[in-house]
Amino acid sequence: MKRSKTMELGVGLFMLAGILGLVFLGLRVSGLSLERPASSFELEANFANIGGLKPRARITMAGVTVGRVRSIELDTDWYDAHVVMELDGRLEDTLPEDSTAAILTSGLLGEQYIGLSVGGAPETLGDGDRIRDTQSALVLEELIQQFVSNIAKE
Amino acid sequence: MIERIARLGRWGCDTLESLGDAGIFLAQSMFGKPSAEGMRLWLRQMHFVGVMSLAIVLVSGLFIGMVLALQGYTILVDFGAEDALGQMVALSLLRELAPVVAALLFAGRAGSALTAEIGLMKATEQLTSMEMIGVDPLRRVVAPRLWAGFVALPLLTIGFGVVGVWGGQLVGVQWLGVFEGSYWGNMQASVDFVADVGNGLLKSLVFALVVTWIAVYQGYALVPTSEGISRATTRTVVYASLAVLGLDFILTAVMFGGLS
Amino acid sequence: MFDNYSWESERMSDSPFVTVEGLHYSRGETSIFRGVDMVIPRGKITAIMGPSGTGKTTLLKLIGGQLTPDAGRVCIAGEDVHALSRKALFKLRRRMGMLFQSGALFSDLDVYENVAFPLRVHTDLPESMIRDLVLLKLQAVGLRGARKLTPAELSGGMARRVALARAIALDPELILYDEPFVGQDPISMGVLVQLIRRLNDALGLTAVVVSHDIKETLSIADYVYVISDGQVMARGAPSELDVDRDPRVRQFIHGEADGPVPFHYPARDFYADLLGEGELR
Repeated sequence: MKRSKTMELGVGLFMLAGILGLVFLGLRVSGLSLERPASSFELEANFANIGGLKPRARITMAGVTVGRVRSIELDTDWYDAHVVMELDGRLEDTLPEDSTAAILTSGLLGEQYIGLSVGGAPETLGDGDRIRDTQSALVLEELIQQFVSNIAKE
Repeated sequence: MIERIARLGRWGCDTLESLGDAGIFLAQSMFGKPSAEGMRLWLRQMHFVGVMSLAIVLVSGLFIGMVLALQGYTILVDFGAEDALGQMVALSLLRELAPVVAALLFAGRAGSALTAEIGLMKATEQLTSMEMIGVDPLRRVVAPRLWAGFVALPLLTIGFGVVGVWGGQLVGVQWLGVFEGSYWGNMQASVDFVADVGNGLLKSLVFALVVTWIAVYQGYALVPTSEGISRATTRTVVYASLAVLGLDFILTAVMFGGLS
Repeated sequence: MFDNYSWESERMSDSPFVTVEGLHYSRGETSIFRGVDMVIPRGKITAIMGPSGTGKTTLLKLIGGQLTPDAGRVCIAGEDVHALSRKALFKLRRRMGMLFQSGALFSDLDVYENVAFPLRVHTDLPESMIRDLVLLKLQAVGLRGARKLTPAELSGGMARRVALARAIALDPELILYDEPFVGQDPISMGVLVQLIRRLNDALGLTAVVVSHDIKETLSIADYVYVISDGQVMARGAPSELDVDRDPRVRQFIHGEADGPVPFHYPARDFYADLLGEGELR
């Protein structure tokens, strides 16, 4: 049987394209990151209510994505949500200790993410430190309830 | 009345018997010693069923991604949630549309061709003469085609998904003006690699096996006349499409439907 | 043991190579063979003849082990074909060649590769040796110049000659011809007749020819079986059959239109049918 080089090349390219496509689906579409183990550090924060925040949600600073939520679990001492965040290693030991973390919503129904705002203290946050100043998610029902009861009072 | 019940019973027995035959056929052809010769035959079939189906699958993927973005946008914009467009496009593509539509296209493009090709080989006694030369046609003709289909369809599905996501971005971001960062950001936050991409690929592996199996079995077992070939080709497309859609429901129920 | 074997085959050149005993076979409800006995001698051309539809090709498939009989045995070189494992059967088939009615060339390979196919599958010969063998076989059928053509470019007669070259590629001991003369023009028919005879004389192989072309078949056969209605109707050398007094054999051998095998498909009385008594169709 004759070997056809063009055919072999075609099949090779086809399979290569498939593998590259899978890489694209991994990195670009599902947001897996290759350089994560290279440089990242963890911060912790407790929120009274996380609303619809999910693991792997974005963490932004001034709108720029700087990390992802690693895990969310219930803190049984305080009965609030214990969130572990994974941040870009370049930010390690640069964020002031009194920085705040807030759970925000993009758009009315969009995804929820954590927004960090910088404080002014001289001490900085290192790996495994805790952000104390947090702001819970806005839960729509609670807002409406407040609004309605305010109107009723007036 | 009794006659009808008897007919039903006969139909049941026949169906079960042909399913059994097809199962033995699959087992006999799929498992065997791999060889250099087998690799070369497989490569040839990869070209035939994979590379040759690439164009139709990619073009369909592009259009489906674009339509998804267009339709999704008009619905989401009513809720002010057009930022979630990327999430919608990516999830519907990866979980459902890429595996299913790629499998349907594959059944039409490659499956029918496989049936017709093997059927023609049977009708012209090529399979019998191969047996007489002392070569098992299951290993020589059927196995490379089965394996090629099994590998090619998941690759085609990946291609479909990638092109679809890109097509959705083309319409959503470039044309309708969804903010690019939120298109990708929302997508990345909601798509899970294992649960969504992985399950989609698992689906497409199942579809690949079933579609190729139906195609080569229909070709191998057909009545070797020109009418038989045309009937078997039609049967391949019909059975394969039904099998894909039916299995898709079952797989979706197991993977995403909370049946566990 | 090998020496012993060749010595024996030398001595027993007139001994049976294939024996068929009490063969019964039916397809669905219709019974095709009802007790066929045959002895095919080594090194001779044996013809199996009969009207079309008597299952001659089926008989070849039974001998080749592609079909399994309901009862009876087929032995080739002392081995019961239908009692063999799949592996042993494929091994036995390496000693057989079969020429199919349609040629059955592999449509994805060219002429050269078609003839080389059995060699590549069953031997580990170096490429140069395969080339020599293929050219030798193609030369024998007069198509060495056509080795680059694809099966689609061949005429029916040429395709059959290429198939013949492929069938003898492994130098088989037994070769089965399925209707080798059907649909051939007189020239290629003559070529095939000569080829079959010459191959037999030169290589000393055992041949079974299934055919209903009486003149050509009788001219090359050493021994003839006529089958009809699932049984052997007559047997003997061609000269004996020519003077056979059985009216059925005579009708077949001399090609008479009407006789014991009726010209008309069974029907009711023609006159009554024309008058259309009782039914419209």
